Amino acid sequence: MKKLINAPDSVLTDALIGLAAAHPELRVDVEERFITRAGGPTTGKVGLVSGGGSGHEPLHGGYVGYGMLDAACPGEVFTSPVPDQILAATRAVDGGVGVLHIVKNYTGDVLNFQMAAELAADEKIQVESVLVNDDVAVENSTFTAGRRGTGATVFVEKMAGAAAERGADLATAAAVGMEVNDRSRSFGVALTSNIIPAAGKPGFELGDSEIELGIGIHGEPGRRRAQLMTAKEIVGVALDAIHGDMPLSGDLLVMVNGMGGTPLIELYVVYAAVAEWVAGHGATITRNLVGNYITSLEMAGCSITVCRLTPELTELWDAPVQTPALRWGR
Amino acid sequence: MDTAAFRAWMTEAARLVGAEADRLTQLDAAIGDADHGVNLRRGFQAAVAMLDSAAPATPGAVLTTAGRALISKTGGASGPLYGTALRQAGKTLGEDQDVSAVQLGAALEAARAGVQQLGAAHEGDKTMLDALGPAVTAYQMAVEGGGDLADAARAAAEAAARGAEETIPMLARKGRASYLGDRTIGHEDPGAASTALILRALAAVTAGEAR
Repeated sequence: MKKLINAPDSVLTDALIGLAAAHPELRVDVEERFITRAGGPTTGKVGLVSGGGSGHEPLHGGYVGYGMLDAACPGEVFTSPVPDQILAATRAVDGGVGVLHIVKNYTGDVLNFQMAAELAADEKIQVESVLVNDDVAVENSTFTAGRRGTGATVFVEKMAGAAAERGADLATAAAVGMEVNDRSRSFGVALTSNIIPAAGKPGFELGDSEIELGIGIHGEPGRRRAQLMTAKEIVGVALDAIHGDMPLSGDLLVMVNGMGGTPLIELYVVYAAVAEWVAGHGATITRNLVGNYITSLEMAGCSITVCRLTPELTELWDAPVQTPALRWGR
Repeated sequence: MDTAAFRAWMTEAARLVGAEADRLTQLDAAIGDADHGVNLRRGFQAAVAMLDSAAPATPGAVLTTAGRALISKTGGASGPLYGTALRQAGKTLGEDQDVSAVQLGAALEAARAGVQQLGAAHEGDKTMLDALGPAVTAYQMAVEGGGDLADAARAAAEAAARGAEETIPMLARKGRASYLGDRTIGHEDPGAASTALILRALAAVTAGEAR
C-alpha cells in the first residue's frame, strides 16, 4: 500500500486538522468529529446535517457552507458515524426551527442517524430525515437492504440547502430533499479496487481487463463483472439502466463523477458520450457537474447521476452556494 | 446472577471479541466491508472502560451502560444493533440485584426483539438474528426443562454457535452483504459469529470458568 498518510489509524484525524487549516470559514471539531460553518447556527433557519463514512471526499465536509450543509459528521473510513457525533452536530446547528438529517441508504448510516434523531427528540430538537436511495444498480430491493444512496446525495444537499437558506420550514426543506431524491438516479462503474488504509490491501479484486458494473461507493459489487469496454459502451449500459428505471425526458441535471482515481480527461470523454446519448433520446442537459464529488478513495471509475429538473429545482440548483467543493453565484 | 457476574460477562465478551477480532474481520471481508472485528473490539473495550468508571450498581444498569457505550463507540450497523440489544435486555431487569434464570430469559428475549425491530430482519436473512434467535429458544427450553441458569446459558451458547455455522449456506438479505447476492453463499455471517462469542462469554461466566 502506497498512500500519503502518517499512520493508518490517524488518517481521519490528520485530514480533519488539514481541513480546518485550509478552511477558516469552517469550524472543525477534531475531537468530537463534526464540521460546521464557523458562524454557528443561523437563528430561524433549518439546520442541515449529513454524514457518513470517510473516504468519499469532498462528501460531506466539503459541502458545509452557505447554501448547502450546516454540519457534516465524518465516520472512520467507510464506517458510519456514531450517534454521539451526529447528536453533537445536530445540537450545534439547531437554529430553533428544527434540523434536517440527510442520510444515504446504508444500514449503518440509517441506524446511527435514527438513534441520533431519537436522542435529539429527547432534547426537544425537532428532526426530519431524507433518505437518499438513487442507485439503480441494486435491482431487487426486496432481498437487499434496498437501493444505496450515492451521487444524488450531492443534489439533495445542494437543493434542500438552498431551500433552507431561503427560509423554508423543516417540512418544506425535507419535501424538497425527497423530491430531488425521487427524481434522481445513479449508476457507477469501477475499473480498479480501492484500499482502506486500516486494511492495507484492496477491498476486492478485479482482473486487469475486468470492470464491475453497478459498483457502490465503497466498492460493493453491483450488477455484474464485464470485460473492459469503450467509454461510449459503458455510458450506454449506465444510461440504459437509469432510463429503464426512470425514463429520461425534459430538462436534466447530469453529474459525471470521478471515483477518486480517474483523471478529469477521462471524465470529459464520458461526459461527451453522456451528452450524445441524452440528445439522442430527446432530453436536454440544462445543468451539469463534471469532476470528483463523491469518491471512493483511489478507485478508478465513475458514476453518472441524473436528476429530472423542474423549474423550481433548477432555481434551487442555481441559488448561491459557498462551500469548499461547490461555489457559485455569490 | 448478580451485578459482578454481569460485569464479568461483559469483560469476558470483550476479551473474546478482542481475541477473535481478526477472524471476525476476515469473515466480514468476504461478504461485507472488513471492519466488524475492529469496530466491535473498539466498542467492547469502550463498554468495559465505561463499566469501570461508572460502576453501575445493578445487573440492569450494567447492561444498559454497556449498551450505551457500544452505541457511542462502535460505528457501523453493529453498534446500534448490539447496543440496543443490551439496553433492551437491561431495561427488563429493572432494579433487581439478583437475576433469576427466568428473568435472564426474558432479558435475552427483549434483546432479540430489539434487534429484530431495529434491523427489520428475520431469521434466515443471514444476520446476527440467526444466532440470537435459536439461542433464546434453546435458553427458554432449557429453563422449562428444569435447567438452572448455567445450564440454560450453555444451551444458548451452543445454539448460537450452531446458528452461526448454519448461516454459511444462506443468502444474505440485509445489510451491506445483501448487495453480493449469491456471492454470500458459502460464508459465515460475521454478526452471527460475534453473537455466538457474546453468548459463549455468558456461558463461561455462569459456569464459573471466567470471572
